[in-house]
Amino acid sequence: MDTPAAAAHEAHAAHPRESFIRHYIFSLDHKTIGKQYYFVTLFMAIVGGSLAMLMRAHLASPERGILDPGTYLQAATMHGTVMIFFFLTTILTGAFGNVLIPLMIGAGDMAFPFLNMLSFWTFFPSVLILLASFFVPGGPAGNGWTSYAPLSAVPQASPGSGLGQTLWAVAILILMISSLFGSLNFLTTIINMRARGLSMGRLPLTIWGIFITAILALLSFPVLMAALTMLLFDRTAGTSFFIPSGLLVGGQIVPHNGGEALLWQHLFWFFGHPEVYILILGPMGIVSDVISTFSRKPIFGYTAMVLSLAAIGFLSFLVWGHHMFVSGMNPVLGATFTISTMIIAIPSAIKTFNWLTTLWQARIQFTTALLFAVGFVSLFVTGGLSGIFLAASPVDLYFHDTYFVVAHFHFVMAAAALFAIFAGTYYWFPKMFGRMMNEPLGKIHFVLTFLGIYGTFYPMHFLGTHGMSRRLYTPSTYPFLASVQPLDIFISGAAFVLGAAQLIFIFNFFSSMLRGPRAERNPWHANTLEWTADSPPPHGNWPEPPVVYRWPYDYSVPGAAEDYLPQTVPAAPAYASGHGGGEQ
Amino acid sequence: MPTKLLEKGTASGARGPGAGGRNRFGRGEGAVPSGQAPAARAHTAVMGLAFALAAIAMLFVAFTMTYLGHRQEGDWKPVPLPGILWLDTAILLASSAAVEWARRRLGSGDARGLRWGLTAAGTLGVAFLAGQLLAWRQLADQGVYLASHPHSSFFYLLTGTHGVHLLGGLIAVGAILPGAWRGAYSPARSTPVTLVAIYWHFLTGLWLYVFAILLWQ
Ligand code: HEM
Ligand SMILES: [Cu+2]
Repeated sequence: MDTPAAAAHEAHAAHPRESFIRHYIFSLDHKTIGKQYYFVTLFMAIVGGSLAMLMRAHLASPERGILDPGTYLQAATMHGTVMIFFFLTTILTGAFGNVLIPLMIGAGDMAFPFLNMLSFWTFFPSVLILLASFFVPGGPAGNGWTSYAPLSAVPQASPGSGLGQTLWAVAILILMISSLFGSLNFLTTIINMRARGLSMGRLPLTIWGIFITAILALLSFPVLMAALTMLLFDRTAGTSFFIPSGLLVGGQIVPHNGGEALLWQHLFWFFGHPEVYILILGPMGIVSDVISTFSRKPIFGYTAMVLSLAAIGFLSFLVWGHHMFVSGMNPVLGATFTISTMIIAIPSAIKTFNWLTTLWQARIQFTTALLFAVGFVSLFVTGGLSGIFLAASPVDLYFHDTYFVVAHFHFVMAAAALFAIFAGTYYWFPKMFGRMMNEPLGKIHFVLTFLGIYGTFYPMHFLGTHGMSRRLYTPSTYPFLASVQPLDIFISGAAFVLGAAQLIFIFNFFSSMLRGPRAERNPWHANTLEWTADSPPPHGNWPEPPVVYRWPYDYSVPGAAEDYLPQTVPAAPAYASGHGGGEQ
Repeated sequence: MPTKLLEKGTASGARGPGAGGRNRFGRGEGAVPSGQAPAARAHTAVMGLAFALAAIAMLFVAFTMTYLGHRQEGDWKPVPLPGILWLDTAILLASSAAVEWARRRLGSGDARGLRWGLTAAGTLGVAFLAGQLLAWRQLADQGVYLASHPHSSFFYLLTGTHGVHLLGGLIAVGAILPGAWRGAYSPARSTPVTLVAIYWHFLTGLWLYVFAILLWQ
């Protein structure tokens, strides 16, 4: 180091390592960044899943007290936080958004590659902070993924309100910044970097889903950031944004005054409802593309699909009050939120009918990806129907904070989004890693997951109608719940099957990555642009930018030589003459 | 509109693989993709900034809506605003004018105008932040602190958050000032100046909004 010669030697030796770092660690390539996101979020899913298993183990025999009450609430809180923020949100945008946007719009990379890398490297510390919160005195946050004030605002309010809650807020604040970097990059890229001939009206629905998601994120995440900032001030600087006057904690009056706890709920749900749609619009797009490809039919009602995505996105900002029916709101306001919420069912139903119509009378290819996509539709319908019950404020007064709500959102959001992520993974794995996943294992994974999900969450509706409240530590001690106790034990059994089935996926994923058969360019005979690039695509994706001549859903066109026409195949006469097309 | 956007997009794919440039982060790749034509690149950068501004605007919408919600409370005690805020507002408006003047001078090829305009804007920006700190000092001297009561909390929160964003703008001005003095910018190479100007005007507008909402009690 001291002598010039040593320095030169050092620089020389560092060279290959540096290029490794630039290739795999601080890469600017959207595909590498997407994979980094995929691996980290997959790890977070395992963390979140393990917490769920812990909760179910406790609920299988609550008297044994496998978890103590505080720990149980912390497990529930961190399960929700990890799954919603650090798995679903991030894998859909960070992993799928990054890998797919440039490939599906025919661009060499994102509009702002450096910002893209920065986004991942802002996300990563937020993960570390969240994980660190498990090991601080008092443990992680324990006030639910919604962290309602004042519980979350007063450090001495509950076992899960200590340092862990502060780290929770900091981690999510940083995550939001990282997501904002991603969102503005996605929007700019989709608007500005499309291949020649790819008008917005020819975008694959996956890209439309991500596009609307990014708009929602851009407008709703700052609202949570504002709330988190105020929460952190309340916790650490003595302010009283969310802490009301005269609050008693442990028999003592807290020295705060003038705050409004309910404002936290307004801010949280103004963010929170768009957020839950952020978790479903991307999946809706993915599922549309997978269903169309394996039905060998154009997606039914493309324009209606795009408009309903946009309508859902817009309406999602007008319905947050349906989470607050029991907060003492004026019944007229409640009725307004009931109506706006029920209106969302219309575009949702349009989408469902379009998926079914696409499948109708199709020569369906039952790949694992298709099975998961159809599974998504089933779960979305089941969960959407219970949503309509909950939207009626008089019904919700009874069902609010019961297992009925847990069943609702696990179907419509958690499980549905998970199924779309699986569909997308089985579908795009060949493009991401250049190898095929094992289909028989995939189908076993599908069957067990599908049964596991229904077995776990369907009975929760009945627990809810029996009045069992969510986050209840010892349901077995309440006489009125005695009759549903066996059901609760059955749920734990189903949950373990569900959890075990995911091990099959993890095995399949990694063994295919290392040893799966090599993938060709276009193994599914699909139309979208990513299938015209190598598997996996090199830096820059294509040697020459692709040129687009048609929309992505020309499947089974009468008179065409093949049952698919990639977007790069020139218009009309070319296919009649049996000319396969640009990419083969 | 779609066809216009579409043509902008075509150049993007032209960024070939390899060529050494792709992995050298921070070199031309930071803010704008290097493969696009300059006009398209400027357009892309401005659009990215516009989305960032939308997010910042939402942050302030959330803060101010909460503030308005709080004011409904019975025990609401307004803070008398320090008079220096009026002076500060004038300074910020002047700095915005300086940025705009600099940008227009650059547009007509006057590198000297750009230089002095930006320098003046940066100086006025620093003066604004100093003035804000002085306002905080005056309040603190009267015993009005962050945690004193809701209105004071909001006062510090809103001015502080605005100040942090303005500090970001000052850093951006600081980043392009050396280039302006070296004569690195020209009418054909003006994107960084345009971006700074847009951001700066946005923050001036944001301050007017914040100030009005704090004044109106
Ligand atoms: C047909 C459309 C839907 C309707 C009418 C609906 C209605 C509702 C209502 C009224 C609640 C509040 C229940 C309560 O807390 O008392 C609720 C909760 C919830 N919904 Fe939906 N929903 C619909 C679709 C969705 C979708 C598509 C998602 C996500 C992708 C979703 C995610 C959630 C979540 C996460 C909660 C619970 C949040 C919590 O308290 O932790 N819902 N839904
Ligand atoms: Cu909602």
